[in-house]
Amino acid sequence: MSRQKTERLLSLVVCLLSSRRYLTAAQIRAAVPGYPEAFDAFKRMFERDKDELRELGIPLEIGTNNPLDEEPGYRIPRQAYELPEIVLAPDEAAMLGLAARVWQRAEMAGAAAGGLLKLRAAGVEAEETAQLGIEPRLSASEAAFGPLWQAVRDSRPVAFGYQVPGRAAAQRRNLEPWGVVNRNGRWYVVGLDRDRGAERVFRLDRIDGPVSFTGPPGSVNVPEGTDVRDSVRSWGGEPPTGRAAMLQVRTGSGFGLRRRAISDQPAPESAAPNGGPGWDLVQATFSDVGWYADYIASFGADVVVLEPVDLRDAVIRRLKGALA
Amino acid sequence: MNSRAGGRRKASGQERPARPGTAIERLPRLLALVPYVISRKVVGLAETAAAFGISENDLVDDLNLLWCVELRSPDPYCPIDLSYEGGEITVSQAESIGRPLRLGADEASALLIALRTLAEIPGQRDDSALSRVIAKLEDAAGAAGAPSAQVAVQMDGMAPADVQAQVAAALRERRRLHLSYYVPGRDEATERDVDPMRLLVVEGRAYLEAWCRRAEAVRLFRLDRVLALEVLDVAAEVPAAAEHVDVDSGQLFRPSPDDIEVELELSDAARWVADYYPCEERTDLGEGRLRVRLRTPDTEWVRRLALRLGEDGKVVSPPELADQVRQDAAEALAHYS
Repeated sequence: MSRQKTERLLSLVVCLLSSRRYLTAAQIRAAVPGYPEAFDAFKRMFERDKDELRELGIPLEIGTNNPLDEEPGYRIPRQAYELPEIVLAPDEAAMLGLAARVWQRAEMAGAAAGGLLKLRAAGVEAEETAQLGIEPRLSASEAAFGPLWQAVRDSRPVAFGYQVPGRAAAQRRNLEPWGVVNRNGRWYVVGLDRDRGAERVFRLDRIDGPVSFTGPPGSVNVPEGTDVRDSVRSWGGEPPTGRAAMLQVRTGSGFGLRRRAISDQPAPESAAPNGGPGWDLVQATFSDVGWYADYIASFGADVVVLEPVDLRDAVIRRLKGALA
Repeated sequence: MNSRAGGRRKASGQERPARPGTAIERLPRLLALVPYVISRKVVGLAETAAAFGISENDLVDDLNLLWCVELRSPDPYCPIDLSYEGGEITVSQAESIGRPLRLGADEASALLIALRTLAEIPGQRDDSALSRVIAKLEDAAGAAGAPSAQVAVQMDGMAPADVQAQVAAALRERRRLHLSYYVPGRDEATERDVDPMRLLVVEGRAYLEAWCRRAEAVRLFRLDRVLALEVLDVAAEVPAAAEHVDVDSGQLFRPSPDDIEVELELSDAARWVADYYPCEERTDLGEGRLRVRLRTPDTEWVRRLALRLGEDGKVVSPPELADQVRQDAAEALAHYS
């Protein structure tokens, strides 16, 4: 933005904030320096300036001072413009300074910095170097995050391509988004799937290509009592079926497995394949055979599955695959 | 329109943001500058420039611009009067821009979501400060803060609460910790004394950044891999030369040039490997297959990864490592025959 334009916009803001009455375009041109003499050129420039102010979140009101006025005027109501009083204790301000560093995604980091600047302007002393010994970060690097945040913010429906593992082509999904949730580092969007007429949860990292808006702002209603955190929690974690596995684990290894063991004791002499000294019998629970078999295979010759048979077979398949 | 686009580029090029991507455009900055000074009565040029992430020259230019604002009707007058003599800024007249502009929806929400994220991390020094600042910010933001309720951050899988509480206590009291730490790449429990530096929470995982007295280097320890820990009755001694990990580099673990180069070929089902581990190069082989190259100081974890992936992931090089994986698999299979 050129210096002249910045000056003009600044004068415009001061002018409209100072006036209790609505000012007509002609009055504004008379008061604010920098507008062209020709009325048409002025009008065009003034229209653009108004848009610019609205983009910055400046509440520009249109109205008339009395019902007989034909031409509407403009003003910025102080009440709507000004940030309400906010006073933070030093420990609160330190938390705010820390929060302003959390976002790594550029738009959100920029928004947080802009907000922090206004709060500082209100007198808050938030040092960005506050040493609290803790540094949390939210990356939100998925391309879909930006449009989905805008969609939930503005209550707009969206459409996107969704990649389901094991299928070649992405599927088109139409969603009325209710919320965006990060659970343990992964982003999800929850909402009403329009084609299926039911609530669905989607992973942002599986959204393929652009997210497009399919309706105007304000056209999505989040049902009363919706808790998007609950939706993600119940979607992500299928209730563990908790099947039991009996494993033979070489003494001194398999720490990761043993951490979740139900029982762990030295193997008797009779145990297969060559039980006795050097081997332990470990009982553990698992829910997904495929995942658990992969995990057990990673221990190589240090862990042997005794039962169940399907887990044993799955591990053997994995190992044969690695041998091939 | 052309001049507008061109002007914007110029403006963003001139400003020096505190962090990449956090540039504040000039008009919002000017509107914040006046109340910033008023709420502090007198404030130094250097301090103000630092707070706004700009140079002192840019700040003086901003102040001159504010001072020059003139309205012409009904009579010409200058609504803003200020001075920065002797490096101290004062504003004696500010007309109507004495208060900052309200928070926008993005600004209020970015801060509120971040604050609620902090509240998710257990073992904090002071939860009450956090809930107080959240309440105050919600009040000040008004309707602009409402959309933040539609974004939630949950961290319920990071580490047992007692581990987090003890780590937080050690950080607070600056005391040495003894860790029993599980290294999955080696399937080993290791014992070491560490001097805590910071708690990092990245991608939903909590890490203790500490000076490891065994490695004599800064190391990151994932809290969910801590098997046991003890806060020792010894003051932590972090060497002055210990450097913090750069949390904002987007990569917590940086490969070193001395590391071993490993090449893997992955099927569609194992593509997650390329997203999960920092790869230097990835080549699409068609039909969903991928070849990736990565560097690591230690190939033990690659052996384990290859066993886990079975036919979906093959070590291409180094060839010794590929042989090793086949030998591991053969030994493991011998137990089932």
